[in-house]
Amino acid sequence: MTGHPDAVVVGAGIVGAACAEALGRAGLRVTVVERGAPAGATTASGEGNVLVSDKEPGPELELARSSLRRWPDVLRGAAAVAPDAPDPEWDPKGGLVAALDGGAEEPLTAFAAAQRAAGVDARAIGGDEARDLEPGLSPEAGAAVLYPQDAQLQPVAAATALLAAVRARGGRVRHGTAALGLVRGASGAVAGLRTDRGTIPCGAVVNACGPWSGDFSRLAGAPVDVRPRRGMVLVTAPLPPGTVRRKVYDADYVGAVGAGEADLRTSTVVESTHAGTVLIGSSRQRVGFDDTVRVEVLRAIARKAAALFPALARVPVMRAYGGFRPYTPDHLPVIGEDPRVPGLWHATGHEGAGVGLAAGTGHLLAALVTGAPADTDPHPFRVLRGEEDGRE
Amino acid sequence: MSAPPPVTIVGAGPAGLAAARAAASAGARVRLIDAEPSPGGQYLRGDALAGPHGGAAGQGAHVPDGAEHISDTEVWALEPLPGGGARLHLRSGPADGSGGARTADAPVLVLATGAHDRVLPFPGWDLPGVVTAGAAQALAKSQRTAIGRTAVVAGTGPFLLPVTRSLIGAGARVAAVLEANAPVSGWLRCAGGAAAGFGKFGELVGHTAVLARRRVPYRTRTAVIAAHGDGVLEAVTTVRLDPGWRPLPGTERTIAADALCLGFGFTPRLELAVAAGCATTGGFVRVDAAQATSAPGVFAAGEPTGIGGAALAAAEGEVAGTAAARACGHPVVAPLGALRRVRAGRRFAAALAAAHPLRPGWTRWPRDDTPVCRCEEVTLSDLHAAARSASGGRAFRLASRAGLGLCQGRVCGRNTAELIGLTDDDAQRFDRRPIAVPVRLGDLADGT
Ligand SMILES: Cc1cc2nc3c(=O)[nH]c(=O)nc-3n(C[C@H](O)[C@H](O)[C@H](O)COP(=O)(O)OP(=O)(O)OC[C@H]3O[C@@H](n4cnc5c(N)ncnc54)[C@H](O)[C@@H]3O)c2cc1C
Ligand SMILES: Cc1cc2nc3c(=O)[nH]c(=O)nc-3n(C[C@H](O)[C@H](O)[C@H](O)COP(=O)(O)OP(=O)(O)OC[C@H]3O[C@@H](n4cnc5c(N)ncnc54)[C@H](O)[C@@H]3O)c2cc1C
Repeated sequence: MTGHPDAVVVGAGIVGAACAEALGRAGLRVTVVERGAPAGATTASGEGNVLVSDKEPGPELELARSSLRRWPDVLRGAAAVAPDAPDPEWDPKGGLVAALDGGAEEPLTAFAAAQRAAGVDARAIGGDEARDLEPGLSPEAGAAVLYPQDAQLQPVAAATALLAAVRARGGRVRHGTAALGLVRGASGAVAGLRTDRGTIPCGAVVNACGPWSGDFSRLAGAPVDVRPRRGMVLVTAPLPPGTVRRKVYDADYVGAVGAGEADLRTSTVVESTHAGTVLIGSSRQRVGFDDTVRVEVLRAIARKAAALFPALARVPVMRAYGGFRPYTPDHLPVIGEDPRVPGLWHATGHEGAGVGLAAGTGHLLAALVTGAPADTDPHPFRVLRGEEDGRE
Repeated sequence: MSAPPPVTIVGAGPAGLAAARAAASAGARVRLIDAEPSPGGQYLRGDALAGPHGGAAGQGAHVPDGAEHISDTEVWALEPLPGGGARLHLRSGPADGSGGARTADAPVLVLATGAHDRVLPFPGWDLPGVVTAGAAQALAKSQRTAIGRTAVVAGTGPFLLPVTRSLIGAGARVAAVLEANAPVSGWLRCAGGAAAGFGKFGELVGHTAVLARRRVPYRTRTAVIAAHGDGVLEAVTTVRLDPGWRPLPGTERTIAADALCLGFGFTPRLELAVAAGCATTGGFVRVDAAQATSAPGVFAAGEPTGIGGAALAAAEGEVAGTAAARACGHPVVAPLGALRRVRAGRRFAAALAAAHPLRPGWTRWPRDDTPVCRCEEVTLSDLHAAARSASGGRAFRLASRAGLGLCQGRVCGRNTAELIGLTDDDAQRFDRRPIAVPVRLGDLADGT
């Protein structure tokens, strides 16, 4: 390929891959720069839930709905141009949220009613009906909500497929290359990206560094506040098919996702994978990038999973893994151009939903870069918010 | 002043037992935790011949008086403690039973977790009847049962000989012993340096004598590159190898056998050391002269630090146990004899490693449809496909699924890394296992 790219995306996680794919589809020449292996960081820890069920009405739900609409087409489009890429295992298997104690029923039904008003397919059902759908569910479950729109994909395969599409359209993916900072022109606008393997001239740089986005933004001279929030997942030995059919959640997450406290939080998600193993997630804890094993965290996850699916208590847990969710103080992603540095864009801070939100994020970012219409309001995701404009 | 903490030792093989004895004789309280019902580890366990005071490891499987031996108990997770050492999470009994989960804080810890013997993949290696040399040895020693009636022993390294002897002792006919490298006598002859003054020399000469008496064919530069059978092993194909272990065409032979015992060196069990935060070099835990790791309060001895046989493991254990007792506040006498044996043992180990390396030609033994990871049924061509789409690390592992099954990459991790040419960093991911052994979800949930 000759000539310089129009845009360089820094970070080949699911978010960077989706942004690069959307920019490439919009006709830009794209290079992706990744310091490690593509899809090897947070994206490799993601469980692959593409959810509307856990989102209250508001900007994140709107981005999630946009993403959910787009994912199947984006994956089909990628497979059409790069047929040899791995199968992302898109599976609209649906979600079921169960209230395990009487106190959780009321908030759950109210939450679902508000989601319904915002256009989400959320069907309130009783405990017995829930057990017909998921025979292993706890007898304690009194009420449940069925979310037929919830889906799942394999995040590493999906990111790999999107990057294959980027290459198929003439873009480049340079792994083992770390971004070190920007080159800025006389006007102060982006003129290139400095890397440990030389400078890449370009007019636009997209910061998609996941939990390391704060670091890169400082190198770029335009800090954004993105920090790591550790999460762990348990994986069981393979179980017979049908043991867990959908994604099954404990309704208590209705409080957890938005909270910013350092202390440990768990919200239980139980689901089976194509390989037959059951994934049990997950925890949220602010411990920086410390990755030492914390057994109390594994215990907390296990305790709640056994409450939701009592039969799982007998099942061996084979492994545990974790990652660092990129979060912002107000728990909304940052998507848009940085007003301090023209040509610097951010697409980051997706916390526990980056896999689900990636397709919508790529669409929104490409629309903003090219000036095309977007189907989501970008304002809530703008880069400078908080004190600057009176938001809490 | 509060009482000094105990020395906690994980692993009751030659290394852990020697550490226990050294720490106890320095006056320390000793806690010895091991997964097996009886002490001894891979080398001494259930071996009547080793006796309480026999064998290469000096004092055999003797647990010192007063030491608390917590047997049948696995350390399934380890968390570093802020002041040094670690908190151990223990479970006892069968993996699918309810196992009384509990924890033990170990401010001073010796990790003596041994190694697994390594097996290389080739067509048919997953047939029933194909076992590791270690498994065959354990069965022969503890049950006095041979794994089959007619056995072939193949691999590389001097430990093929004791297995062969055990198999014969348990009543099997050994049809052939196949050493993939050049003759063992290579290092046996290397006088002055390696084997000189080291107990192993006499021991192995004893094994070769038994082989000669029984007229067991011993072939060098030869390997099994296919195993055949309808559901169970019936025969193996052997082949001569060039010095780089590439099969020499036209040299294939078939041998009828119902047991194939494989040993291609050892893979250290590193997961607890990795969880403790111990630095590693070249795939082994890095230790100083006192067997201290980079993690405060944590010592390591035996195979996690290098492969050199039971006597070296025991010598390292003695040093580690002494240093651990000192770390607990007990006055100790420098274990000069053990330190000398460690130095000699490491020379021997280096000579062993030089004489019995795995040569890259083995990567030609598996065919495209040969499973490399048995748990997840990942074939060689699956690995290559995954490597084409995901260029390393976690992404590769998830894409291929190699090492994600029950053995957690213990069997296939290093093989996969070498077949695909993963970087050292990526290869080491296979050693990271926050959950060291499977634990029931209910046990996890019940603990405190
Ligand atoms: C346990 C757990 C479970 C989760 N489950 C789900 C789920 O079910 N559904 C869901 O939607 N989300 C889930 N998430 C969240 C999701 O994984 C993340 O939101 C998402 O992966 C973030 O993607 P990313 O591309 O922003 O970050 P990453 O995947 O971390 O990608 C960022 C990339 O940038 C690279 N990079 C950083 N700095 C530089 C530099 N200077 N130069 C070059 N490259 C650089 C990094 O190496 C990395 O590859 C989960 C997260 C965790 C931890
Ligand atoms: C077939 C074969 C033949 C051999 N023949 C000889 C020979 O003739 N001469 C010789 O010198 N050497 C021989 N060896 C090598 C010898 O067995 C080893 O050098 C020696 O056992 C190493 O001692 P160790 O204490 O380091 O480890 P090991 O003996 O392996 O002991 C480690 C112990 O730690 C326990 N453990 C590990 N992880 C955990 C955990 N998470 N929780 C609880 N317990 C745990 C294990 O169950 C085991 O009991 C042979 C090996 C094999 C496989």
